[in-house]
Amino acid sequence: MKVLETKNLVSGYGETDILHDVSIELKEKEIVSIIGPNGAGKSTLLKTIFGLLRPRGGVVELIGAEVTGLSPDRIVRKGMSYVPQVDNVFPSLTIQENLEMGAFIRTDDYGDKLEEVYELFPLLQERKNDKVGKLSGGQRQMIAMGRALMLDPRVLLLDEPSASLAPILVGMIFEKIIDINKTGVAIMVVEQNARETLKISDRGYVLAMGRKVFEDTGKAILENKEVGKLYLGG
Amino acid sequence: MVELIVYGIVLGAIIALGSIGLTLVYGIVRFANFAHGDLMTAGAYVALFLVTGLSAWLGIPDTTFGSLSFGWRMALAFPIAMLCVAGVSILLDRILYRPLRAKRSHPVIMAMSALGAAFIVRMIVLILWGADYRFYRPGVMRPAILLPLGVKIRPDQILLLLVVFSLVILLYLFLQRSKMGKAMRATADNMELARVSGIDTERVIIWTWGIGGALAGAGGILYGIDVQLHGGMGFNLLLPMFAATILGGIGNVYGALVGGLVMGIAQQVSTAYLLPTYKPAVAFIVMILILLIRPQGIFGGGRS
Ligand SMILES: Nc1ncnc2c1ncn2[C@@H]1O[C@H](COP(=O)(O)OP(=O)(O)OP(=O)(O)O)[C@@H](O)[C@H]1O
Ligand SMILES: [Mg+2]
Repeated sequence: MKVLETKNLVSGYGETDILHDVSIELKEKEIVSIIGPNGAGKSTLLKTIFGLLRPRGGVVELIGAEVTGLSPDRIVRKGMSYVPQVDNVFPSLTIQENLEMGAFIRTDDYGDKLEEVYELFPLLQERKNDKVGKLSGGQRQMIAMGRALMLDPRVLLLDEPSASLAPILVGMIFEKIIDINKTGVAIMVVEQNARETLKISDRGYVLAMGRKVFEDTGKAILENKEVGKLYLGG
Repeated sequence: MVELIVYGIVLGAIIALGSIGLTLVYGIVRFANFAHGDLMTAGAYVALFLVTGLSAWLGIPDTTFGSLSFGWRMALAFPIAMLCVAGVSILLDRILYRPLRAKRSHPVIMAMSALGAAFIVRMIVLILWGADYRFYRPGVMRPAILLPLGVKIRPDQILLLLVVFSLVILLYLFLQRSKMGKAMRATADNMELARVSGIDTERVIIWTWGIGGALAGAGGILYGIDVQLHGGMGFNLLLPMFAATILGGIGNVYGALVGGLVMGIAQQVSTAYLLPTYKPAVAFIVMILILLIRPQGIFGGGRS
């Protein structure tokens, strides 16, 4: 079953269109990666799906319902969460407060969920009363992902979760993505570490200059010589 | 000298109530509300109406508490006037600033519209109450208490400091403990991420204007009790309020409190050397100095 789908999505900033007719989909239990060169429009795609940019054409469907043009605070209530590429934590709040903000719209007791997130990222529990502004990039990324999980989303969008992290941390983040996926969350991830991501992905899309130029299973893309040469650095 | 510092703290506490509101609003909507001083004036006059008009009509006795210059009438008028100014402040945002924000208007246009709002509020006050100086309770000058070091302070002023202190504690608890308070801090940090998290940022903005307005109203009433009421009172406090806000680091609530106290003391102490009419100039000079030496404020600024 498809949990997320875009059909002929067109979007951009100001006068210029960045995305042209992008159609992608994410099925239940999948990890799907979106790769492509800098400036290809990967972040623009996620922002448009999440309602931070208003689509100029096309449709976004989430768990069988159309959400095209809805604002982010409405979309998040429909079962999808999003971790932006940059500025994805509240620096003047503590770790715990960051997670609480992720649960802002919950009116039930979310203590269990908080425990679950702390189990996934034990480091966060140790420092839960620390202000986030002082923490390292890896810790911030964990907080950002933890925040996004607080609403028990069925779909998670991750924009470059491993960007600018030390190599050992990159491996750790990918393991966490797999862990989260195993709990039943379908994940769409944008990545620069294309090879690593494709290894853990069921399927992948290659985006270039705002267009979908290739799609296949993760394994097939890795084995494709031409895609490798053009988009995975040889 | 010590006495001037004490009076400076009293004036500074009033300025702080204004600058905290300014800084809260700036932190959330990135907008310098030039009408903030006139919200103080509005608060003072709404309280005047409640104390002299409505309370008399309702038959609330015009007695005073102990050696204070006011009684039940003011005790009731104070929170009601705060709520009224909160309402005015929210209304200003909804009908004036929000549409301009939605259109992504130029900052100069926003500033002009705020100045316009300031004049409208002030003109309404002048039309309804005239341009004379007014008092909540004419003719009574309560005896001052003598503190050590020869400092004379009126009972009203001690209560004033207690009221400001309590309001700041309440605000602190609200920002640190309540869900809406945390959402306000989160929105000040990163509005887009707040929306992505599901926070209804429009509601946060309404709360921010409400709290800023309520504190401004309280500041205006306290100034009216301590000094007197007049149509330009709030506007005259605008400059020290902005200086205090910048001094504390724009967006920093606790910085604005300290900045307010510093500005109050600087203004009062200056009267030992200069004519009191130069007080606004002192505020202006301090502001210029901060902008030249440490534009990010004494606490590094930016975040609360
Ligand atoms: N806020 C913005 N305003 C105007 N143009 C923008 C904005 N953000 C991105 N762009 C432009 O849109 C295009 C796509 O940017 P986008 O951030 O989606 O690329 P990306 O694939 O995520 O790249 P990266 O790998 O560097 O993150 C780029 O040409 C970029 O310059
Ligand atoms: Mg990007």
